[in-house]
Amino acid sequence: MHAIDNPGRRTFLKAGAALGAGLTLGFYLSPGRAARQTAASTAASFAPNAFLRIAPDNTVTVLVKHLEMGQGVYTGLPMLVAEELEVPWEQIRVESAPADAKLYGNLAWGGTAQGTGGSTSLNNSWDQLRQAGAAAREMLIAAAAALWTVEPSALKAESGSVVHLQSQRRATYGELVAKAAELTPPQSVKLKAPAEWKIIGKSLPRKDGQTKATGQAQFAGDLKLPGLLTALVVRPPLFGVKVKSIKADTARAVPGVKAVVQIPQGVAVVARDFWAAKKGRDALIVEWDETDAAKVSSDALREQYLALAKTAGKVAADHGDAAQALSKAAKTLEATFTFPYLAHAPMEPLVCVVQLKDDACEIWAGSQLQTLDQAIAAKIAGLQPEQVTIHTTLAGGSFGRHANPTSDYIAEAVATAKATRELNAPIRLMWTREDDIKGGYYRPLFVHRIAASLDAQGKPAAWLQRIVGQSILAGTPFGGMIKDGIDFTSVEGASNLSYAVPNLRVELHSTQNGIPVLWWRSVGHTHTAFAVEVFIDELAAAAGQDPYEYRRALLADHPRHRVVLELAAEKAGWGSPLPKGRGLGIAVHESFDSFVAEVAEVTVQPDGNFKVDRVVCAVDCGVAVNPNVIEAQMQGGIGFGLTAALHGKITLKDGRVEQSNYADYPLLRIGEMPKIEVHIVPSEAHPTGVGEPGVPPIAPAVANALYAATGKRVRDLPIDPAALKA
Amino acid sequence: MTELTVNGHKYEVDAPPDTPLLWVLRDTLGLTGTKYGCGVAVCGACTVHVNGNPMRSCVLPVSAVVGSRITTIETAENSVVQALQQAWVQQEVSQCGYCQPGQILSAAALLASNPRPTDADIDAALSGNLCRCATYARIRAAVHDAAKTLGA
Ligand code: FES
Ligand code: FES
Repeated sequence: MHAIDNPGRRTFLKAGAALGAGLTLGFYLSPGRAARQTAASTAASFAPNAFLRIAPDNTVTVLVKHLEMGQGVYTGLPMLVAEELEVPWEQIRVESAPADAKLYGNLAWGGTAQGTGGSTSLNNSWDQLRQAGAAAREMLIAAAAALWTVEPSALKAESGSVVHLQSQRRATYGELVAKAAELTPPQSVKLKAPAEWKIIGKSLPRKDGQTKATGQAQFAGDLKLPGLLTALVVRPPLFGVKVKSIKADTARAVPGVKAVVQIPQGVAVVARDFWAAKKGRDALIVEWDETDAAKVSSDALREQYLALAKTAGKVAADHGDAAQALSKAAKTLEATFTFPYLAHAPMEPLVCVVQLKDDACEIWAGSQLQTLDQAIAAKIAGLQPEQVTIHTTLAGGSFGRHANPTSDYIAEAVATAKATRELNAPIRLMWTREDDIKGGYYRPLFVHRIAASLDAQGKPAAWLQRIVGQSILAGTPFGGMIKDGIDFTSVEGASNLSYAVPNLRVELHSTQNGIPVLWWRSVGHTHTAFAVEVFIDELAAAAGQDPYEYRRALLADHPRHRVVLELAAEKAGWGSPLPKGRGLGIAVHESFDSFVAEVAEVTVQPDGNFKVDRVVCAVDCGVAVNPNVIEAQMQGGIGFGLTAALHGKITLKDGRVEQSNYADYPLLRIGEMPKIEVHIVPSEAHPTGVGEPGVPPIAPAVANALYAATGKRVRDLPIDPAALKA
Repeated sequence: MTELTVNGHKYEVDAPPDTPLLWVLRDTLGLTGTKYGCGVAVCGACTVHVNGNPMRSCVLPVSAVVGSRITTIETAENSVVQALQQAWVQQEVSQCGYCQPGQILSAAALLASNPRPTDADIDAALSGNLCRCATYARIRAAVHDAAKTLGA
């Protein structure tokens, strides 16, 4: 056993220092309010800290502070506890933790708020949960030592039991919980060395696999409560519009409709069930005051952004003197890249269930920012945050949509419950797919313009990149993270360009236009990786060099980039000739502290239609806690990125969103899914996220493959096959 | 009152005749394994079997299925669905899991008519079942596995 020392440890200490609270083991391992409550409710169980509970029947319940939305936190996080606790995987149960920033704050965010995002779940839990498991293990050993009057050093924890090495006397954890519950948690614990791991690194089965295959998994909309009513909301047809008048007679006359109430977000129709609410909503007539409407058109915005990209913006990165180097260069290259608005469109449209009483509010939702959701709900309900209980259910996907700084759907549900208090019924507020596609909170529309020059060896000498688009952080409680006018989520992946460029300048224009925007799986990297990775390919071509070798040479100071780049290229058979109409393209990108390279292979028809046949992916995410989950996230991230590359586009005309459902906002279909190979780089580095990092490289890898196959550059997403016509 | 047969059980339901079967299953009968994803027959999340045929229950009025045999993901009597569920768990197909009941029901209809499907057969039969988590590669693998189990 050894004491841990790794980057995550440093992050953790930094987080503690940021809190000014000396975030020590004893601090977060002391039994918290929640743990005490749960311990009390199941008498005789042992809750040594806020993250686990052991019952006399030997079941170990791990409390997960993050939202399970498909990325595997209900599996990866309990594995960390199980490893140190020395307990068989089958004995572990999973429960979602209640909202509590002090106990369950995200340490990657300084521990100040509970939430899931930025692929931080495993990263910030790595030490915390292993220590939670180790502390419990030590207490169980101490309990056995006390009962048997032997030294703890004569004992060993093994497969859910404590064993006396000499006599082989053993007691299960369940048999020891009563005694262990009397003990004080240790002040410090030793964690196992990687060589001692039995669970970490294994593709153990997902904890939610069975219930999800049998339809038993509980999403918020599946909740059954006595007297539950369903609410649908009529929202403004344009962003920024207010209700002028309501004619509700026909809606109220629909059988099953119980109430029609105005809420800040629109008008809610509350009914016996979904179908009655839907018919009621269809019958409702609302007139809107369009004075403050955002009547923008996305085509016009794009033109406006293209013009802005020709002017200087706020400086996000500045090394050397890019402007001067460019002005002196014999030859410069220039390219413009455009990206549309995108909707998250998770398969499960938003749902929130609220049970409001005079002195308490219970919420069931796929809450992704639990403590913020709690605070917003409390404010609307006129309660204190402690009076609001958040039950974090499974989410049917999210991709960022549930992590809304305005808690939009939760706020609507609480407002509706409040406006219909006299019904004294729990309210299930649902969004239809049309509500979802038209409802805003999109990945913002972006334009990039890059100019570069090459030196005599063909290496980039100067790189000037201008990025234009809306800030996601501005106007939210996270606005304080904007520094010197730079929202890092607009420039991440470009301002920290990994390629060696002596003169680099990245500028940003943050625009405002009233369209609600939000982080969307991999956030700024969704566009920066595309612009950078396609443009570097263009530079390689201009230099007459192989795009893989060109990248490799420019990444000499970035070993982790290089390792994944080399691995993906090797496994994909980079360099072997392909028949006409086929091409290989490569891209490498770091996001959320993970490194991913992808090679795409495409076949293009003379009419420009094409198919992505195969993708080879190499990922370095530090310790591979559960390789199977990592592979799944790479496959899923590639599929998600392909939807954006091939189909994704939300457009607005005079303020109205032109798409409404999957028919006009298509997702990748099974027949479009390429064969995907995932290779994981063995590593002992602090584990980092995998939910998002698979997404950024795929669109540029495909664009670069299309160039290899056709000689035509793709600079606008989604890819237009007509532009590839021979 | 409408009489429905779901997974071999008979139910008397009181719902307007135009109510889509999806909402009768979910809101009236509490069979919430069948999911809502689009409401307009373009995502497949609501797929159930009616007399063995895969149907989008979100656009199927309950009045049209009186007297029919309805099978949902909760079935305990359909060995093809059960083999698929096992294969789904084995292959670790599910991510968020929301689309999977619909995927399994569509796959079950495929296997009932084509016990040894190729990848192309699977792609064709499941082309109307969207998965935002893009679990498609594992769906294909699991369908092949279930086909083997059933054929063994
Ligand atoms: S909900 Fe029926 S097909 Fe989408
Ligand atoms: S598993 Fe999430 S939509 Fe298919």
